[in-house]
Amino acid sequence: MEPGTLSTFLKRGAIWGFIVLELIFFSVAGEYLSLSDKAFMDLDNMLLLFKQSAPIGIIAIGMTIVMINGNIDLSVGATFALSAVVLLDSMTWPIFAGLGDGVIPIAWGLALMTGMLLGALNGLIVWKTGVDAFIVTLGAMLGYRGLVFMYNGEQPTSHLNWTLVDFAEAQFLGLHTATWFLIAVTAAVWFVMNRTVHGRNAYAIGDNRTAAINAGIRVGPHMMINFMIIGFLASLSAVVFYSESGSVNPNDGELYELWVITAVVLGGTKLTGGAGSVLSTLGGVLAIQLLRKGLGHIGADTETVNLVIGLILIAVLFLDRQLNLKGREELRI
Amino acid sequence: MRPSNLSGVGTFLAKQGILVAFALFMIGFTIANERFLDPDNIMGVIRSSAILGVMALGVTFVVISGNLDLSVGSMMSFATIVVLDLHDKIGPTLAIPSMYAMVLCLGALIGFLVGYLKLNSLIVTLGMLSAIHGLTLTYSGGKNMDIADKEGTWFSVFGQSDALGIPVPILIFALLASVLGLALAKTPFGRKVYAVGGNGTAATFSGIRRARVVFTCYLASAFCVGTAGLLQASRSLGSQNTVGQGLELEVLAAVILGGASLLGGSGTIFKTVIGVLILGFIQNGLLLVGLQFYAQYVVTWIIIILAVWLDIAAKRGKLWSPIA
Repeated sequence: MEPGTLSTFLKRGAIWGFIVLELIFFSVAGEYLSLSDKAFMDLDNMLLLFKQSAPIGIIAIGMTIVMINGNIDLSVGATFALSAVVLLDSMTWPIFAGLGDGVIPIAWGLALMTGMLLGALNGLIVWKTGVDAFIVTLGAMLGYRGLVFMYNGEQPTSHLNWTLVDFAEAQFLGLHTATWFLIAVTAAVWFVMNRTVHGRNAYAIGDNRTAAINAGIRVGPHMMINFMIIGFLASLSAVVFYSESGSVNPNDGELYELWVITAVVLGGTKLTGGAGSVLSTLGGVLAIQLLRKGLGHIGADTETVNLVIGLILIAVLFLDRQLNLKGREELRI
Repeated sequence: MRPSNLSGVGTFLAKQGILVAFALFMIGFTIANERFLDPDNIMGVIRSSAILGVMALGVTFVVISGNLDLSVGSMMSFATIVVLDLHDKIGPTLAIPSMYAMVLCLGALIGFLVGYLKLNSLIVTLGMLSAIHGLTLTYSGGKNMDIADKEGTWFSVFGQSDALGIPVPILIFALLASVLGLALAKTPFGRKVYAVGGNGTAATFSGIRRARVVFTCYLASAFCVGTAGLLQASRSLGSQNTVGQGLELEVLAAVILGGASLLGGSGTIFKTVIGVLILGFIQNGLLLVGLQFYAQYVVTWIIIILAVWLDIAAKRGKLWSPIA
């Protein structure tokens, strides 16, 4: 299952090594270049970093299992936006008017249900039609975004519920609510992928679909479940984020799919499927967020971030190819 | 359950499905609103599709060669911003070739990474999407770019004027489509593109220099993107940094709608043009029928999946996927 232990170890550890390098670099460079007198590795700064990583991070965890499965999901940004609209709008529906704060779990439930249904739809289409996930979810990205705009036009959807805001801004043991959700999701998905039959089968399907079919694994349902999980996580990400901000623009979440895929690939998950790890993805998410914050800290323009992340992504791809010849396999789409 | 084996009619429908669907749409919209077939309306639709269309032509080459190009959107923003900026600094005559040179350099870089270094095109162009966006923002400092003297410049000729009664963007689109279509269908290079996309290993063993073919495809794509940027800049004479954001996926949607397989080796310029026109006419038709603007996205979603589904159903002879 794990050929090339040295290269595997290098790749597994690489993202954490990269994070340490980033921390050292920005701490040292910050001493000379930073405009603020606060240290970069300030505790509050790091706690904020975790919190800000959460929206992309929660989706990236889901993207990891879909990519391990040999698929991809480009519709997560649109799912994110649509769930946010459902969350904020449902709290203002007249039928829930008498419930007071009892509306919160209902709104959360509706939003999460939306994400899961959209994911299930993607999964069902991939399963039943045999059209590649790249195309199915590319179409869905347009379609779901269209639904967001049809819902409320170009107006933002806004509703602030202070109980919810307090919940989202709360800190428990120093960590923000969003961070706890990121940790919980990572732990749960790690468990699913490493300790359950579904996880084993997902790896097997991504590694060699034909072999998996011959081994009697039902490929379709597993793929559909993974799409449901990523849909659920995209809406969970929206629920956590918009509980606090209380206002969603119809454009929100655009290009999230690209950020998420960048984080997952930085974490070492293969586009070809069959390999990857949830924890490394978490590393990829943190690395990107550190880069963003760090570049801001040393006074670089925010626009430099895009440039640097793009170049790092290509460099990682190149290094990965050199380290592991398996990377020469072409993308299966 | 539908019968699993497609009949002869079904196969024909599936093979030429995109043309049939196009015809049905045109008929439907014509019945729903008589202004749909108005020549002015048709010209307007093609004209507004031209920018997307020009980009789709280049991406068709890349997709047929078995790769992807997700960087065309941000590269188009880059081209637009650069040509607008240089217009006021060194004049339009020099600005246009300079812009093309820069964009071709970017295309060459991607071509080098994907062709010669054999890196995964999806990730490379994803990285370039981000990197070029950063480059654009650094270049412009995040500000919008505007031409100072909007009345007195001949630069607007590409995007705004008519020649022989036809808007110039349409002429450029048609010219580029003809040239690239001929290059793909009638030249040895075009054959090589299909060969490399159909089976890269076999192409290599047949003596085709795979890397060079892929490299050239990305150059062609970059040239088309430069042209699209030129059209966009000339049409609006001012631009935001994000003018092309998200276009990469719409362009890809048009190419897929035209029937090009993401596996490479199939697709034609003509079909891509049809795909572009379908997207344009759906948008226009739905508006004329009275649906809101954003309904087109939902319809596009359904059409893309149906189109690709029918295509592969025809190839495997079964409607439903064999996946258990």
